[in-house]
Amino acid sequence: MSLWGRLTGWIVLIFGLTYFALPLLGLTEFSLKARRGVYSLDAYAKVIADPEFQATFGYSVMMALVTIALGILIVVPTAFWVRLKMPWARPYVEFITLMPLVIPAIVIVFGYIRLYNTSSWLPLTGSIMGTNLLLAFGYTILALPYMYRAVDTGLRTIDVATLTEAAQSLGAGWVTILGRVILPNVIPAVLSGAFLTFAIVIGEFTLAALLDRPAFGPYLQRIGANKPYEPFALAVIAFGITWACMGLIQLVTRFSKHSKVAR
Amino acid sequence: MAFLELSHLEKSFGSNRVVKDFNLDVGQGEFISLLGPSGCGKTTVLRMVAGFETPSSGAIRIGGTDVVGKRPNQRNIGMVFQAYALFPNMTVAENVGFGLKIKGAGRDEISARVTEMLRLIGLPDLGARYPFQLSGGQQQRVALARALAPKPQVLLLDEPLSALDAKVRVSLRNEIREIQRELGITTIFVTHDQEEALSISDRIVVMNGGIADQVGPPFEIYNRPTTRFVANFVGQLNAFTATVEDGAAGRVRLGGVPVTLPAPVSGGSVDLAARPEALYLGRREGNDVILPATVRDVHFLGSVIRIGANVAGMPVALDTFNRADQPPPAPGAAVELSLSSRDLIVLGG
Repeated sequence: MSLWGRLTGWIVLIFGLTYFALPLLGLTEFSLKARRGVYSLDAYAKVIADPEFQATFGYSVMMALVTIALGILIVVPTAFWVRLKMPWARPYVEFITLMPLVIPAIVIVFGYIRLYNTSSWLPLTGSIMGTNLLLAFGYTILALPYMYRAVDTGLRTIDVATLTEAAQSLGAGWVTILGRVILPNVIPAVLSGAFLTFAIVIGEFTLAALLDRPAFGPYLQRIGANKPYEPFALAVIAFGITWACMGLIQLVTRFSKHSKVAR
Repeated sequence: MAFLELSHLEKSFGSNRVVKDFNLDVGQGEFISLLGPSGCGKTTVLRMVAGFETPSSGAIRIGGTDVVGKRPNQRNIGMVFQAYALFPNMTVAENVGFGLKIKGAGRDEISARVTEMLRLIGLPDLGARYPFQLSGGQQQRVALARALAPKPQVLLLDEPLSALDAKVRVSLRNEIREIQRELGITTIFVTHDQEEALSISDRIVVMNGGIADQVGPPFEIYNRPTTRFVANFVGQLNAFTATVEDGAAGRVRLGGVPVTLPAPVSGGSVDLAARPEALYLGRREGNDVILPATVRDVHFLGSVIRIGANVAGMPVALDTFNRADQPPPAPGAAVELSLSSRDLIVLGG
């Protein structure tokens, strides 16, 4: 590559990094200015000590875990079956899993409220447990594109058909095949999907606000409207969680001991 | 009585009939090879026995029980795949013990059987390794041990040597045969490699277009092919067209030379064939057919020399052993080739 080519590459890279990093640096810097004249962690201390932060964050973590479990239960068998028995259906399934990216969350939640309100045949919004369940379903839908793609990519790295037949010839049924043969071999991919789901759920606002659930997203919005430094500290915390999830994806992929390339 | 019976087996994918009226009886402990080119239906037959494909019609009986309605995991069949298909998340020992675990065997029983199987395949110390830490040959040995560990009724081998290099292929096929003999397990081996099939089988089924063209021991398949396809597919072949002079007496004229065949023939002409090793350079006692020929080319292959020649305009090949004191003829040389009329194969079909 010529000198100019290399130089242009570096300029573009530095521009891109600056474009992304500068607002974050500004955000972080401002979040440290709660005490006049010096940098401090006062805003972070206040936020973390806030019982509402703990409650909403705990709630969102719980919802994220439920969403991940639901996502795995729905996506892994579906992607496995499509790859094994219905390869012709793959484009359709991919299209369906992409729908949440083009249908806004607000449309989904209004649909839910209309379908599952207290005067409907399945009044899920009539109880806290029902609404929580509805929220988990909504989150599962929102995370579907990421979870499906992650799992499908994982399945692509193994010979699903032959492994399934090998397990069948050894006497295994479908549950055993999925649980002991397929799932363990796509764990890094499933975890990638799980961490992405976690990051989405932790920061999600629309579904939680409109279903009136005490989640971290609406809390973030409330604090942002009323306090000067704390929202920025919260934003930095939210970024930290997302990046930690990305880092975990990398770690899991790197240290998966059996997924190395065969000699 | 046959242990494994395939009767009138048919399989169609849409309008494509892949297996047509396939019949085969396999005795207990017999080693059968399904040999044929790609797309001839051999793997489909194997997959129907395994339960991965459902026959369009026909019956599959193992030990007298019809298994067509049974799922693959209910048939007690061991299978080895071309791509090894070892479970990447499990160690060698876990792979070998998988079938027993599914059957609900106890920990001690599994451990003892795994040790026994690993010793049988000559890898007693590799139980703790993962598949990615093994060579191709070792992985296929482990796959064999895994298939044998639950003591299946029938062992199915789907081109298990195809992914291996030539040297490993030869040693592993001999090992497979030794293990099969030792355990006495009924085995069906699918291959497109005639040398593999000829070297290790009790009987070979040569398949062509979904049909079993010929079933017989390797010696018979090679020396007495009953169809043109079998003769062409198994080993190299010199094909001749001879004019029939007296069909009832088996008298024909081959390249202008009168030849009496051991059996009567019919029609105005007959297709004959001879293996390259049946032809002899020069005259020899017992060879009653003498054919004048012109040497076309000579290929020195080490212990064997393959000579290409023209006999009455027909190209033929003959193999002769290399002898240091007998240099091969030069291309263009006029020579005589001889063969016994008993070595001539009358081609049908």
